[in-house]
Amino acid sequence: MCLAIPGKVLTSENRGGVRVGRVQFGGITRETCLDFVPEAQVGDYVIVHVGFAISRVDAEEAKKSFELLESMGLLQEELGPETEIS
Amino acid sequence: MKYLDEYRDGTIARGLAAEIARRVTRPWVLMEICGGQTHTLMRFGIDEMLPPGIEMVHGPGCPVCVTSLETIDKAIEIASRPGVTLVSYGDMLRVPGSRTDLFHVRANGGDVRIVYSPTEALKIARANPLRQVVFFAVGFETTAPANAMAVWLAKREGLANFSMLASHVLVPPAMSALLGSPRNRVQGFIGPGHVCTVMGYHEYEQLIRKFRVPIVVGGFEPVDLLEAILMLVTQLEQGRAEVENQYVRSVSYAGNLPAQKILAEVFEVCDRKWRGIGGIPESGLNIRAEYAEFDADRIFHTEKLSAEESPDCISAEVLQGLKKPVDCTAFGVRCTPENPLGAPMVSSEGACAAYYRYRRHAVAGSGSR
Ligand code: SF4
Repeated sequence: MCLAIPGKVLTSENRGGVRVGRVQFGGITRETCLDFVPEAQVGDYVIVHVGFAISRVDAEEAKKSFELLESMGLLQEELGPETEIS
Repeated sequence: MKYLDEYRDGTIARGLAAEIARRVTRPWVLMEICGGQTHTLMRFGIDEMLPPGIEMVHGPGCPVCVTSLETIDKAIEIASRPGVTLVSYGDMLRVPGSRTDLFHVRANGGDVRIVYSPTEALKIARANPLRQVVFFAVGFETTAPANAMAVWLAKREGLANFSMLASHVLVPPAMSALLGSPRNRVQGFIGPGHVCTVMGYHEYEQLIRKFRVPIVVGGFEPVDLLEAILMLVTQLEQGRAEVENQYVRSVSYAGNLPAQKILAEVFEVCDRKWRGIGGIPESGLNIRAEYAEFDADRIFHTEKLSAEESPDCISAEVLQGLKKPVDCTAFGVRCTPENPLGAPMVSSEGACAAYYRYRRHAVAGSGSR
């Protein structure tokens, strides 16, 4: 029950002072409370836990992290297959 | 999801594992705190990709596993009363209390329902004004803001038949308790990425000052965990002990301020008993007096029940990273996810359930020695 999953914000509306939106996770969409992520806009990715978005996934940061990981992948090529841990 | 594929990439994972192997010069014991991370480690066999010197032990980060037996028994007692509807997150129904579980209460005619979000608990209360709807709310700092919001909304709309049996737990005090134990083996921690998404990671600086142990806040994908392990190993080999953030795409230093605000509004820090570990000072969150009319603990008076754990279950040691699930004689024999003897076998984030699902082969080999 502690899992949190990323999804894409499709809609956003104010319902009785609470910000609610539909968020898409792969093939399904769910109503999600967006009150904790005032910065998240329609089209952004958010991480959702028990029906509440808890963070906006920063695309720039995600890219940076990915580039670092990619460089690690290149490093592995340099090391060659014999250093692989099976 | 656009970014997920890259975080699951096998080539990158092998590259990271090779880099870890290259940097390790001596054995290290590392702990992942969060049950979601335990699940990923087991599912993708990450522990088996690591060089032999790196031992992963599994932490107490599964709220289903650490909710005290007394609290489970209390929920069972409340759920058995006429006029009460008890709602909780699915796994809580199968957690063994000292005599029965919530699932059996339901089978015997009790009104026990599963929700996936606290807002569903509110909906059930609105739709059933003649019933007392009790939300059995467990969780770490990740879940607590959502639960707090439910109480806040209930007060705002005057939802008189809604209350919460709160059993929230906090991660840093539990880490402090583990590190302070004379039996501690853990030399570095993968911090809980979603707890830190809410709380930030400044709280961990204090732990590092006291115990000089590196903490790397980690994500939940295989590549996240390998990168966090690499960062930990690098710190350990260089003799550093700092808090670092691997999960930058979700976690900031300060955390989620709106979520922290609602937490502080509705809850206050309290001492809490953890199943398997015992009492830990200032390690829980209870409902503030201002919201007392929504506090099931104050509304429902229950007899103090004497609660006893199954004598076979070694979950106390498992939750403290002292033993592995396969070291338990009941594992996979008398204790299975269909028929759990202890709480870590219930939730998919529990270490015993994760081993049962992905490492059952280990029983015949290492575990039964
Ligand atoms: S396998 Fe079952 S009995 Fe053994 S420690 Fe885990 S939960 Fe307890």
